[in-house]
Amino acid sequence: MSLNKEQFLQAYRTMRTIRDFEYRVSDEFGKGNIPGFLHLYAGQEAIATGMCMNLDDDDYIVSTHRGHGHCIAKGGDVGGMMKEIMAKQGGSCAGKGGSMHIAAVEKGMLGANAIVGGGPPLIVGAALSAKTLGTDRVGVSFTGDGGSNQGTTFEAMNLAVVLKLPAIFMFENNGYGEGTAAGYAVGSKDIASRAAGFGMPALKVDGADIFATYETCKKAVKHCRSGKGPIAIEASITRFRGHFEGDAQAYRGKNEVKRLMKELDCLKIAADNAIKKKLVTKAALTKIDKEIAVFINEAAEAALAAPGPDVSELLTDVYSSAY
Amino acid sequence: MPIKTYRQAINEAMAQEMRLNDKVIIIGEDVAGGAGCDGERDAYGGVMGVTKGLFPEFGESRVIDTPITESAIMGAAAGAAQTGLRPVAELMFMDFLGVCFDQIYNQAAKFRYMFGGKVECPMVVRTMAGAGLRGGAQHSQNLTQMVTMVPGLKVVCPTNAYDAKGLLITAIRDNDCVIFVEDKFLYETSCEVPDEVYTIPFGEANFLREGSDVTIVGISNTVNKAVAVADRLAEEGISCDVIDPRTTSPLDEEAIIESVETTGRLVVVDEMTPRCGVAADISSIVAEKAFGALRAPIRKVTAAHSPIPFAPALEDAWMPQESDIEAAVREVLGYTR
Repeated sequence: MSLNKEQFLQAYRTMRTIRDFEYRVSDEFGKGNIPGFLHLYAGQEAIATGMCMNLDDDDYIVSTHRGHGHCIAKGGDVGGMMKEIMAKQGGSCAGKGGSMHIAAVEKGMLGANAIVGGGPPLIVGAALSAKTLGTDRVGVSFTGDGGSNQGTTFEAMNLAVVLKLPAIFMFENNGYGEGTAAGYAVGSKDIASRAAGFGMPALKVDGADIFATYETCKKAVKHCRSGKGPIAIEASITRFRGHFEGDAQAYRGKNEVKRLMKELDCLKIAADNAIKKKLVTKAALTKIDKEIAVFINEAAEAALAAPGPDVSELLTDVYSSAY
Repeated sequence: MPIKTYRQAINEAMAQEMRLNDKVIIIGEDVAGGAGCDGERDAYGGVMGVTKGLFPEFGESRVIDTPITESAIMGAAAGAAQTGLRPVAELMFMDFLGVCFDQIYNQAAKFRYMFGGKVECPMVVRTMAGAGLRGGAQHSQNLTQMVTMVPGLKVVCPTNAYDAKGLLITAIRDNDCVIFVEDKFLYETSCEVPDEVYTIPFGEANFLREGSDVTIVGISNTVNKAVAVADRLAEEGISCDVIDPRTTSPLDEEAIIESVETTGRLVVVDEMTPRCGVAADISSIVAEKAFGALRAPIRKVTAAHSPIPFAPALEDAWMPQESDIEAAVREVLGYTR
């Protein structure tokens, strides 16, 4: 078992924070308290958590439209995120980003990206900075199975190999790109073997197992930090929610979501394994659950109570200097 | 003062800034050339030789040859700019904007705003535009209008060697994404260019000729054509203000409006297709803000609304020529209600 007790509790806390955050914003969206579009990470928590536990604050990640989980796992301020998503003052992007552009730049989370496949070329740049400036930082792009089919992703993988950059291409295969199955849309046998075709090692992991994702990500980060160039990971996982909140998911099988939520709940799997192996007690996890419930509720209530942005800020931050 | 070509001036700006700041890097296709080949490195120094000599001086960690992969080049530059470098990325022909535009207009241009002002994106995209070399529909376009309309980008169109050096140094030091549009017709043109490092501010137009009868505004090399026309017309006693905005974003609206308030007549020239182009934009600004000063309708001189043809006779007909500018000036001068 890779994670020790302390690490496991940290991982569990992060996963629970993401899950509760997602369910709360879903509720608030349903109540009309959140404008725009929401794409939730519920069910995929072990991947962001397993990866980001292996990263330092000054390592870089880029994310997708489904980016809340990555932002929280990288240490983003949950209160600021909640305010941002609810379009309130104090939001982490000053009300100019929202859910699909959530970011925690101070923690190396360079931004969620609403262009599918938009992130991989950017992480090549972050990895280029690390190599050129001689730091030992690494860059991780989180991309879905949908983004794995974009040309930008192919170009990014090739350039990372050519320039031997410390970039990790993490593909979260949740089975669906919007409402089309990955099995239909990914033309190759799998995403990992296609990534390997670009000339980098590619690993596969059960993304519902925090122990396995942590261990696999650890290997990948070590590979990059030691100057061996890029590496890819395909993590299989499922999506508990629709592509977006409000998605009727008519494309999914009868009882599919219900079954997967029962069989592939990374939080439940993590808890069961850790308790069975006597790493932690159920009481310790229940304590975390309660703490997180309070924490998320406070963040949500503070966001609900906060005022909206000042309209006079419409034109600030378009440019860095007078225009 | 030494005479240098437009090509040399651009090269010198990059070399001097790279010496001053080790965070400045060059990235693009064949910016050195010869990577992995049996022959020489720096075999190209850019397809037009503009980056020649940078590789031998600065090495492969700062002059980075890439595969033919424009999306990844622009994305890598944007990601690098967000994380501490100051990349000068080369987009070989401006026509290739189509394959990498997302990384420029949806990513680099928007980081600062989308993330609440917490990041900067100090990158320069050097690119080459301009018709007349028989490059056909995909190697000839000036797409300055497509980048000028994007909030978050700054757009520079140097029209002589002196401006090219000073504006490029300003671009490299700027903390936003700057699109630097080199007119491929100008690489061999030369003028006095100081050896010293100097900057030219963005958003300050240059009056190339001063006159009182007609204002001519020209973008990229068309402004040089306008100067030739103005000089000829001066012999007839017609005097023109010829304005080079230098940057289309920001645009020195004030200089243009001030001039029109004196002359009452405006001819705007660019080498873009006519709809939604820079000439159209400047026309609309003047129509809105200086309508009362106009003594004749604004006249646009642009390229034709078609892809750029290959055959020389067709391409010449497609492009705005000096004769078109002259005819437009005479037309606005002869206008009576």
